Amino acid sequence: MLMLPLYVPLLVTATLACLGYLLAKQRAIALSGGDIRSLAALPHQYGLNTLLAITVPSLAVLLGGALAGGGSMLGWIVIGVATLCLIGSLAQISHDYRARTHAESWIKLLLIGASVIAILTTVGIVFSMLFETRNFFTQYSWQDFFFSAEWSPNFRGDSALGILPLLWGTLYISFIALVFAVPTGMFAAIYLSEYASPRMRSIAKPAIEILAGIPTIVYGLFALITVGPFLRDYFASPMGFGDSASSVMTAGLVMGIMLIPFVSSLSDDIINAVPQAMRDGSLGLGATKSETIRQVVLPAALPGVVGAILLAASRAIGETMIVVLGAGAAARLSLNPFEAMTTVTVKIVSQLTGDTDFASPETLVAFALGLTLFVITLGLNVLALTIVRKYREQYE
Amino acid sequence: MTHKSLLTTDARTKRRNASEARFKAYGLGAIVVAMLALAVLLTSVIGTGASAFKQTYATVSIPLPEAKLDKSGVRDLDVMKKVTTIGYASILQAGMVAAVEGAGLQTDMKAKDIGKMLSKEASATVRNYVLANPEVVGTEVTFDLLINGRIDGYFKGRVTMESAALDSNTSPEELKLAQQLADAGIVQTKFNWAFLTAPDASDQRPEAAGLGVAILGSLYMMIVVLVLALPIGVAASIYLEEFAPKNRWTDVIEVNISNLAAVPSIVYGILGLAIFINFMELNQSSPLVGGLVLTLMTLPTIIISTRASLKSIPPSIRDAALGVGASKMQSVFHHVLPLAAPGILTGTIIGLAQALGETAPLLLIGMVAFVREYPAAYTPDAGLFGEASTALPVQVFNWTQRADPGFVERASGAIITLLIFLLIMNAIAIFLRRKFERRW
Repeated sequence: MLMLPLYVPLLVTATLACLGYLLAKQRAIALSGGDIRSLAALPHQYGLNTLLAITVPSLAVLLGGALAGGGSMLGWIVIGVATLCLIGSLAQISHDYRARTHAESWIKLLLIGASVIAILTTVGIVFSMLFETRNFFTQYSWQDFFFSAEWSPNFRGDSALGILPLLWGTLYISFIALVFAVPTGMFAAIYLSEYASPRMRSIAKPAIEILAGIPTIVYGLFALITVGPFLRDYFASPMGFGDSASSVMTAGLVMGIMLIPFVSSLSDDIINAVPQAMRDGSLGLGATKSETIRQVVLPAALPGVVGAILLAASRAIGETMIVVLGAGAAARLSLNPFEAMTTVTVKIVSQLTGDTDFASPETLVAFALGLTLFVITLGLNVLALTIVRKYREQYE
Repeated sequence: MTHKSLLTTDARTKRRNASEARFKAYGLGAIVVAMLALAVLLTSVIGTGASAFKQTYATVSIPLPEAKLDKSGVRDLDVMKKVTTIGYASILQAGMVAAVEGAGLQTDMKAKDIGKMLSKEASATVRNYVLANPEVVGTEVTFDLLINGRIDGYFKGRVTMESAALDSNTSPEELKLAQQLADAGIVQTKFNWAFLTAPDASDQRPEAAGLGVAILGSLYMMIVVLVLALPIGVAASIYLEEFAPKNRWTDVIEVNISNLAAVPSIVYGILGLAIFINFMELNQSSPLVGGLVLTLMTLPTIIISTRASLKSIPPSIRDAALGVGASKMQSVFHHVLPLAAPGILTGTIIGLAQALGETAPLLLIGMVAFVREYPAAYTPDAGLFGEASTALPVQVFNWTQRADPGFVERASGAIITLLIFLLIMNAIAIFLRRKFERRW
């Protein structure tokens, strides 16, 4: 049978649904014989019920079928379902058919379906990576992947695909980013919430938040054309650390800038959640403002702050564009921060762009890297969210 | 123990006050650092990119000899198409030489090198014009033609006489002649509309590269994201906020959504590659797949902000509706949702802005491809939004990978364009929030 393009069943369903609305409404009016009070619901609610009774099942079939891989019959099946629903729904109309209640349960089904998509996304993420990762580990031993310190993919085969140098680069860059972003962000948050005049707060806070709205590709370009050459010409070369513009330092610093608003807005929330009574108590005993902050507010806010730092760390580990443009592509285990190193995300991009062959371990390794990245960031997020939530309950 | 006056500060108080001042200075310093970073970032990008909005053109009158361009003599397009851009280059060269002589300029450059002052794109421009208007063959037409990237760079201050001496693609003589032509009014710099409308150009000709395809691709993706993410996000939020029973299932969904919001964007790219391209076999590089991936990525953002705005509607509104006999569903759709609409819209716009700037997942689904054809919104072969395309942020990445230094300017220019779009979207969001925000 003729295979239908996807929009045909959609259009047919939409037409049937509109037709169903009109027919059901008319039928209800005809049934009432002019006095709609004899009906269990308003005429347009009968129409709405039929409309939903057609669209919801058809959409479900269409979506489920498409996810299950399509098939040439899918379009016809959807049209068939829509027609059956139209007939069935029209046949149900009677004086005491509670059309509104039925319509509302259809709507509720629709709402539940929408919220299940969130779950489906997670399932999709996990499965898409699990399958290919399993394929990868049938071709490449997992011990070598997790514990080998050499990364040199070779598309003619015989590659060394050890994750350690990539993990090292990722952690080193994230570490530098956090060393820069955490104190800056924290101090900015402390100043804004404890010292700044309302006027200054109203200017500085949005300005810092602009940094959060800038896409990461912009930071990447900034690293590539400004920070990288600057660090090379004024620090790395004169001090004899190497002459590479892309380096751990470049990527780390720029990523640090990106994380400032992230750390500062989270810390701001957390500091503001510390009850005023605790500050008043400390100030009343004669402590200065900074002593109050250091000895009372921060210890009270500590779990939240740790959560914020963990969230920032997970952000840094998963960041892609800044490291693609700023960190370089050489996988190495080195301590020199002015040397180019590479990260997990950079290698995912480089193994999956260009000509890819989904049977070779050089391509499939990207999925194993992705899964590792996902597990690490998920772990950090869950930990951070648990800490933050626990902490919030403490003062509520 | 000696008695001291309360009015003189002792050493310990001094130390404490100093540490107080120091602490405050650290705070101020942190804010200055953050602001400085923002300022340097913006000036660096705008400084390098602003010149992308200007372009140097030569206004030259080009004779279009029939003997060369139309061997058939009857304007037969098939015959005329056999003349390639190389054939046109010699005509342009003649036109340039004539222009130099017409302006009375002396130069010891060879005619071939004078011809090379024009961009390689110029002959394509003239060819397309002639093929579209065959009747002009045999006459002389005045064109605004692109000048090559190095000379363009010279007028923008990127290329100097010293750097030209070291560069095999240009020479100080060439720049000198270009300067003389500019003085004669033949070469001038104009606003570069083509940057916003033209498609990408090959490695050799940064001067011709534009954002047309990328802007169109981004627009298509935003349409897909808006059409899918807004209804699904709002529906999911309504269920979770208004109807969901408090049980383990809804707890799982909730934790899930807050985790999804923090999943690295590149993971969504892997998802898109595995599910939409390898499994469902949708077209690679298409705005449809890009839009789907960005939809999944934006959904958690939209759900979180929508739930926040639903939560901010006071329960009295719901109670009043229920009290006069509305069903739960009616109270939500007739009363709560309209009141929450401005907040939902604001959240959606911010989510869209985030999606517009996202790069990493799009790299994985093949949007880095070199695309010169404007993608159609619908074709019977490729389906809805199925034609290969690129996107604004990916175009930036693409240009950073090219060797010619002219592309750095282009990439920064593209960033400025992107930032302007984001600025507009955020301004709309702030405007909506200010205008419709209600405190209960």
